[in-house]
Amino acid sequence: MAYSEKVLDHYENPRNVGAFGKDEAGVGTGMVGAPACGDVMKLQIKVNGQGVIEDAKFKTYGCGSAIASSSLVTEWVKGKSLDEALDIKNTAIAEELALPPVKIHCSILAEDAIKAAVADYRKHQEAKGE
Amino acid sequence: MDLQQDYFSLFGLPQGFDIDKDRLEQAYRDCQAQVHPDRHAHRSDAEKRVSMQWATHVNEAYRTLRKPLLRARYMLSLRGVDAGIETNTAMAPAFLMEQMEWREGVEEAREGGDVSDLEHMRQRLDLHERELHQNLSGQLAEGVTDGELAADTVRRLMFIEKLQIEIDDALEALED
Repeated sequence: MAYSEKVLDHYENPRNVGAFGKDEAGVGTGMVGAPACGDVMKLQIKVNGQGVIEDAKFKTYGCGSAIASSSLVTEWVKGKSLDEALDIKNTAIAEELALPPVKIHCSILAEDAIKAAVADYRKHQEAKGE
Repeated sequence: MDLQQDYFSLFGLPQGFDIDKDRLEQAYRDCQAQVHPDRHAHRSDAEKRVSMQWATHVNEAYRTLRKPLLRARYMLSLRGVDAGIETNTAMAPAFLMEQMEWREGVEEAREGGDVSDLEHMRQRLDLHERELHQNLSGQLAEGVTDGELAADTVRRLMFIEKLQIEIDDALEALED
């Protein structure tokens, strides 16, 4: 299957690969997996005191579309508030990368990874507030 | 024979995850002998079409019941349980973390050309797969109405299968 140029670009030069230190403050981690293809994705956000995502990192084991989807969303979430990040829809990811229908689940995975990372961050914040 | 029949009934097998492989083989051969299109070469086109349809159905039934993971997915579908293969991305975090580590391990072994490491991983994975099959046997037993546990095991097995493919690919690449 032919990948779009944007997918190839992210696949060959993935942005923000890696992980934050275990003890770094303000980090939320989202882990998701797609049973259909066995892809696993870890996406982390780093949130500053103003509630803005200032950095993001990912590690994905999967096909080119899954890697490109996660790479793209780490770029998109930077500078966004948590609620704005939650507004990112898989359809926008799929459209930006021109994903074919069989690869739509890769964009769903990336959307779910953001949601999981935000939920994880909020859970930690609540735990601290108690 | 009846096209609406489920695959277990088609082969006269009890509906369960643990299957008697010899009985399945025998039942498949018996069915195949009955419906094989060549047997009906002298018949009309309409009859040949029906027998072709049957042969396809019997092959599909056999392929499905023979493979444990396909068998489990089929049993869930018979019970109207959606295994969420395409939609459920929320596996247990510990499980996903483990998957990440497995994938990292395979990647490292592949890059390092460590065949024995890969073979060892394949063995551990096969063992784990057997454990999950044993779980499925109970989770899909007759009378168990909640299909969610079996669905979760099926999803886990999808990841295990992917890992096995990754390891086999790596081993093959290193052999060349």
